[in-house]
Amino acid sequence: MRRCPYIIVCVTVLLGLVSPATCPATARRSAETSGQGVAPGTEPALSLSKGPGANKRFPPPEFESGYVQPSPTTPAPRQDIYQYIDALVLLAALGISAYLVLKRRSRSAIFALAVFSLLYFGFARMGCVCSVGAIQNIVLSIFDRSYAVPIVVLAFFLLPLIFTLFFGRVFCAGVCPLGAIQDVVLVRPVRVPNWLEGALRLFAYVYLGAAILFAATGSAFIICRYDPFVSFFRLSGNWNILTLGGSVLLVSVFVGRPYCRFVCPYGVILRQLSRISRWNVTIAPGRQDPAIVMTGLTGGPDECIQCRLCEDSCPFGAIREPTADWTGRDYSIGKKRLTLLMVLLPVLALSVGWAGSRLKNVAARMHATVRLAERVYLEDAGKAEGTTNASLAFRATGKPTEQLYAEASNIRAKFTLGGWFFGGFVGLIAGLKLIGLSRRVGRTDYEADRASCLACGRCFEYCPKEHARRKGIGATDFAD
Amino acid sequence: MGENKRLQAGVSRRRFLRDSLWGTCLAGLGVLTGFVVGKHRKTNTLWQIDPYTCIACGNCATYCVLDESAVKCMHAFSVCGYCRICFGFFGPEPVDITEGAENQVCPTGAIKRRFVEDPYYEYTIDEKLCNGCGKCVKGCNAFGNGSLFLQVRHDRCLNCNECSIAAACPSGAWKRVPAERPYLLKPALSEVEGMAAHPPQAEHGAGNHA
Repeated sequence: MRRCPYIIVCVTVLLGLVSPATCPATARRSAETSGQGVAPGTEPALSLSKGPGANKRFPPPEFESGYVQPSPTTPAPRQDIYQYIDALVLLAALGISAYLVLKRRSRSAIFALAVFSLLYFGFARMGCVCSVGAIQNIVLSIFDRSYAVPIVVLAFFLLPLIFTLFFGRVFCAGVCPLGAIQDVVLVRPVRVPNWLEGALRLFAYVYLGAAILFAATGSAFIICRYDPFVSFFRLSGNWNILTLGGSVLLVSVFVGRPYCRFVCPYGVILRQLSRISRWNVTIAPGRQDPAIVMTGLTGGPDECIQCRLCEDSCPFGAIREPTADWTGRDYSIGKKRLTLLMVLLPVLALSVGWAGSRLKNVAARMHATVRLAERVYLEDAGKAEGTTNASLAFRATGKPTEQLYAEASNIRAKFTLGGWFFGGFVGLIAGLKLIGLSRRVGRTDYEADRASCLACGRCFEYCPKEHARRKGIGATDFAD
Repeated sequence: MGENKRLQAGVSRRRFLRDSLWGTCLAGLGVLTGFVVGKHRKTNTLWQIDPYTCIACGNCATYCVLDESAVKCMHAFSVCGYCRICFGFFGPEPVDITEGAENQVCPTGAIKRRFVEDPYYEYTIDEKLCNGCGKCVKGCNAFGNGSLFLQVRHDRCLNCNECSIAAACPSGAWKRVPAERPYLLKPALSEVEGMAAHPPQAEHGAGNHA
């Protein structure tokens, strides 16, 4: 009975009994006589719109009054050239940032660059595409044969990585708008204990693993979906994400750049590359040989004078203090612990990997096809009432359910394998973190931690040697 | 002296290991670049709705990150039947067949109806008023030629990396399309004569959720 108006419309059109312009009215009248109002909004309209041919109900009229058909407007998108300009601005900003951090050593200049990046990449460009989110495009293009990364997105992903390999995390210092928005609100930093810092940072690795898992399976771009600041950049967004962003910004007033330290998935990649960068931030000025610094034997030509003035200058907990000597007893305990942890590492990775693979059914629901298949199954089995838009749309396509189920189980299988990798990755990172904690690193000077240092430049002016450099006093004057 | 030598050996070993790791990372980035560039597209991509898959569910009006959605209704005049009683224009049970707001299906009154010649009426979309809810699209698809359809208006779209509407689309109608052909328009009916049931596909459509 519900389909009655449609059938009448079709029949009348097919038979050509009524003039095209009044046909729907006939349908309506018939519907009214049968006691059924026509309700286009509630009709199973989906089944009616299968292909172009399906909707050919009324032939286009032949006008006699000289009426000229307008054509629909198609406003042009933002031109590609602007995208290339964005990439060039990124390149320039990275170069300037490296110069300011390593050569000029000026906090105020770095801050000015960060504000520029916040205004340009943030508010003017409204956040998209950003280097952090570009991880997912790259991953998707590796796993999905039909998806190709636009060259600009590739540039946004790659340029900061290359710069980090050479200069340390200069991208974080003054180019990333997400970092900049947190940096400008940081007024009263509190120190996060080292153990808490390390533990919270594990979340960033989990987030990176999850982002890769969901991007690789083509389920979702979760970094973009849960980006707390992009709705500020766009000055619009739903309340949930605005609340999240507001909370993170509120925390940023007291905890230095919490997103960068504990959440940012791109940051954990940059951390590792920064460990082996050619040049990196030093608290005391002067040319440093990274290989020598790494041994912890000396701070380089301009040595730290252990004045401890910089000790509390870093709001991100990235300054490492000189270490005390170890006693022989500590040494043997430490050696045993390290051996044990190294043996346990594969066990940890495998067990967390197994746990990850068990999450496949839950994780796979991030994929629309799996959600749809589950819904269709429930409806067919009579376990769910009514229909959803998605299940209606699926049934309108006439695709067999078996095919949908096959696709869904295919995706689930991907999640099983992906879950192993995801869990294994998380377990490995946790194990390596424990090993890192048990490894003795000797230090004689106050140093910026190569991985954690965001190159913000706050510590520079705490160093008396830096003041000497700025005033052009030679290092030898201090030695006396 | 021996101590010093041992330290120097340590330094050069560390330096060697570090340098090789550094080189490996750089080479790795190079390989990644090569792989990705090997299949790269020269132009950028934009989001668009396939009008033949769209079910006009209404999500486009509410899920866009913009307060006023980037999706608007478009009218393919060449497909339109110019009906006097248009179900994209009139509500399910209009009080009267006039332009009165109570008779219209559009919640914002964005469709303008104009008499052309007997018995034909022209329907145009006032884009400033349209909120992309697709109520008219549903009516036109159900009872008319389907000349009304939803499209992303690229002067408004921010081209988010993950489109919020695409993530919420129940029918998988959202696609990434190459920037040089940013619209998936409905062709005139005469153009689709003899065409297969499949509408023109977007190149390398990456599905709606990727």
